[in-house]
Amino acid sequence: MSGTITKVSGPLVVAKGLADANVSDVVRVGSQHLIGEILNMTGDSASIQVYEETSGLGPGAEVLTTGMPMSVELGPGMLNNIYDGIQRPLPEMRRLSGDCIARGIDVPALDREKLWKFVPVAKPGDKVITGDVIGTVQETTAILHKIMVPHGIQGTVKSIIAESEHTVTDVVAVVTDEKGIDHDLTMTQRWPVRIARPYARKYVPSRPMNSGQRIIDTMFPIAKGGTAAVPGPFGSGKTVVQHQLAKWSDVDIVIYIGCGERGNEMTDVLMEFPELNDPRNGEPLMKRTVLIANTSDMPVAAREASIYTGITIAEYFRDQGYDVAVLADSTSRWAEALREMSGRLEEMPGEEGYPAYLASRLAQFYERAGVVECLGSDERQGSVTAIGAVSPPGGDISEPVSQATMRIVKVFWALDSSLAYARHFPAINWLTSYSLYLDTLAPWYTAQFGESYMKNREKAMHILQEESELQEIVRLVGQDALSPTDRLTMETAKMIREDFLQQNAFVDEDAYSSYAKQYRLLDLVLKYDAICREALKQDPNLDTLFTIPAREKIGRAKMANAATFEADYAAIEKEMEAEINAVAAGGNNE
Amino acid sequence: MIKEYKTIKEIASPLMVVDGVENVTYDELGELELPNGQVRRCKVLEIEGQKAVVQLFESAQGINLAETKVRFLGHPQQLAVSEDMLGRVFNGMGNPIDGGPDILADAHMDINGLPMNPAARAYPAEFIQTGVSAIDGLNTLVRGQKLPIFSGSGLPHAALAAQIARQARVLGDNETFAVVFAAIGITFEESEYFINEFRRTGAIERTVVFSNLANDPAVERIATPRMALTAAEYLAFEKDMQVLVILTDITNYAEALREISAAKKEVPGRRGYPGYLYTDLATMYERAGRRQGKKGSITMLPILTMPEDDKTHPIPDLTGYITEGQIILSRDLFRKGIIPPVDVLPSLSRLKDKGIGTGKTREDHAGTMNQLFAAYSRGKDAKELMTILGEAALSEDDKLYAKFAEEFEKVYVGQGNSTNRSIEETLNIGWDLLSILPVRELKRIKPEYIEKYLPKK
Repeated sequence: MSGTITKVSGPLVVAKGLADANVSDVVRVGSQHLIGEILNMTGDSASIQVYEETSGLGPGAEVLTTGMPMSVELGPGMLNNIYDGIQRPLPEMRRLSGDCIARGIDVPALDREKLWKFVPVAKPGDKVITGDVIGTVQETTAILHKIMVPHGIQGTVKSIIAESEHTVTDVVAVVTDEKGIDHDLTMTQRWPVRIARPYARKYVPSRPMNSGQRIIDTMFPIAKGGTAAVPGPFGSGKTVVQHQLAKWSDVDIVIYIGCGERGNEMTDVLMEFPELNDPRNGEPLMKRTVLIANTSDMPVAAREASIYTGITIAEYFRDQGYDVAVLADSTSRWAEALREMSGRLEEMPGEEGYPAYLASRLAQFYERAGVVECLGSDERQGSVTAIGAVSPPGGDISEPVSQATMRIVKVFWALDSSLAYARHFPAINWLTSYSLYLDTLAPWYTAQFGESYMKNREKAMHILQEESELQEIVRLVGQDALSPTDRLTMETAKMIREDFLQQNAFVDEDAYSSYAKQYRLLDLVLKYDAICREALKQDPNLDTLFTIPAREKIGRAKMANAATFEADYAAIEKEMEAEINAVAAGGNNE
Repeated sequence: MIKEYKTIKEIASPLMVVDGVENVTYDELGELELPNGQVRRCKVLEIEGQKAVVQLFESAQGINLAETKVRFLGHPQQLAVSEDMLGRVFNGMGNPIDGGPDILADAHMDINGLPMNPAARAYPAEFIQTGVSAIDGLNTLVRGQKLPIFSGSGLPHAALAAQIARQARVLGDNETFAVVFAAIGITFEESEYFINEFRRTGAIERTVVFSNLANDPAVERIATPRMALTAAEYLAFEKDMQVLVILTDITNYAEALREISAAKKEVPGRRGYPGYLYTDLATMYERAGRRQGKKGSITMLPILTMPEDDKTHPIPDLTGYITEGQIILSRDLFRKGIIPPVDVLPSLSRLKDKGIGTGKTREDHAGTMNQLFAAYSRGKDAKELMTILGEAALSEDDKLYAKFAEEFEKVYVGQGNSTNRSIEETLNIGWDLLSILPVRELKRIKPEYIEKYLPKK
């Protein structure tokens, strides 16, 4: 069915003669067949947001409806790929249209030619329900792609092909439902992006996501299936934090959404990830990654769609029983796209021009995260962890996007520009950040590493709190006014900050820290504190105590090799103990 | 056959409504012909049925509703490009104003460009030596980067930009370079300063100038940077040149955008700027970069003056979110007589990590850079403490840090506008300064480099 354009205003197009179209249907606009989506209907006229540049479009041009809502294609071939906001593969688009993105290119999301080796799991005669795995494809060396019975189909397997190579559109199995109707199953299925994929039941997250980042894992952990926000002004390292999480998180699949951000950042991921190996299985990271890139210069409407495209792909892998992390950088740019479309639709604005439905849309996005029992009879579990960067104007988090996000997410890693200026990275402020998963995760930490893990964390946090109070005093009356114990507290806090929390993403030895290394390193710093506190009773010379040679070694301890750190730390500990005791025995000879 | 319309219904500069139009499309370029034969440009902002909302690029003065004719040209705004543009001066609309002949076009390019496919980008990683220590050593510029200068009224940003344009080179490389300079709403004097600089150093032969001065129509400013970037894209990606684009001043551009947005009665965002300011700026800034399989590159140095020196003002704020870092000038340093007054702590180059180190600059670069930053930051804190409590209140270490900070500003940053330092000189000066501090404090540098480079006392 087709309609005619009556109005064009930037990405918003109004067309009449579309009385039979549905809200949210995908339409093709004009002679170039630009992709658009229906937002509103009035009588027979539809307001359409167009996902491509509308330059050259005018009244009278044709609009065709497809009768389908905005959907993604799900199946083998997504990993190791990079898509734009509406799931068009960018390398393929480059092949078709050159270095710049031309308009009206129609490319399928999944390669139609490529052959995949299908290994059947189900047998003819098996009873299957929605979500049951009928076969598998080794999509990359890292990931086994499970081919599931699509939504709405259940019955008996009538036939299934033997192990052989097929394209994503070949029929691999036929399922006969109760009414005796045959359904052809291929390796792909479609799903509308704005609707969450169904699951059997949802659980409260209870396992941490290991990120290898000390301030995250030890201080403000996130659970698998949890939600987190990373707000910060520009230059505070949001993107580096997101990249680190994408690299080192112990999830099976990573969906990285570059939403209205820099083109070169996506290029960086594209160039770097194939080179980096997953510390757990040695496979290149790119083999478990799907990139969605709708950079800031690409059409703004597709930016709005990009986070839905991303989370839908995440849910699909979750349904196969995988742990998935979705990293969205940045949700503020997504909100701006929403604001721009809302303005063009002449809707009544809420705060700062954002539409009144901003908070509910954000909540809907984050609520698609979680730990679930997937559909299907094998009761497998999967999770989607959602982490969104927020770019508040001027770094001021009193603005609507930050506030709406804070109401939903459970973990808040507040980036701080003053830390960034001092090149303290990751610039996550330990006083303003929080994690509401501490209580639910504490039993896991205790079970794995004993009581002392959480105790050490508490102690370290306490020392950092105290430091900020003591700093006030130092600022007023100088350091000399502090008692020796307070000076030691300041000193230990400095060590926690510099020798533990600071972590260099660009140095191989330091970029990833295992739990064991994190624990031992913090323990080393706290041991120094404990032994010194004991030594203070003998009134030693504080300056000598704070400059013992072992201090320099503690300062470099984070660079210790992952294989030998245990022995290295034990040696430092011994040395430190001897040196402190020697200083203490020497007394205060000032 | 191009139709002419005499159906202008309304003019409220810079917008105009034309009725009864046919086959007019969004973003199409138009021409107005005044009764006296004068021709002005405009473009379609919105089209509804037979009614087109059109934005004028020039003033509305003298336009008559009954007599003025409007033609729509069937294509968006274009720029005629050719290699002959080098050495020429154009106005903000791309017409020559240096008395020379018109450009014999090699191609006509849409000034809005097309978004670059992220899969086609090549990551910028080639070190550009600007000869300015505060940039080379601490906020390294690489080829294909967009690095703005955040300045304030009365600060010497023009001198710094000219110094970079004069001294910038890629080590061990003889490729052809070009400078594209866009004056956006700046004064005649400022624009002349740049042009004279280019003339003095002979760079004018390799420079394309687009000039929209303060007394030119504000609406033209929307097109000026896009003209410049279109020329830059042509030179870089069609003619394999290494292009440096200087855009000054982005604040004037954003104000022109606000003017038009207000005229369109759009819902304003922060401080009256339109909600799409970020996207609009991004479509310009993102045109910098390198492409796989192409020799040329576009490196961009936009200059903007921060209103009230406020970094959180929407223009610097949104710019900082798009560009790959920023060079911030400080009024305090300028008052102290430190030239160029680069405030290194809030300054940042996001791409520096890929452009430095062994084979690019020197193995010790990354470590010394982090150490200098950390030490200067602590030294500044110590100096602040000293002004409140007096020197006696400082620990021995802090006294050394305070001394370090003082020397760092004077020697490392304050090199003046005519000194051109090689990267080795910059790194060695860094080591000299670090030798003020106790060795045990140099935690961020690998011990073997300390052994190799730290001057022995």
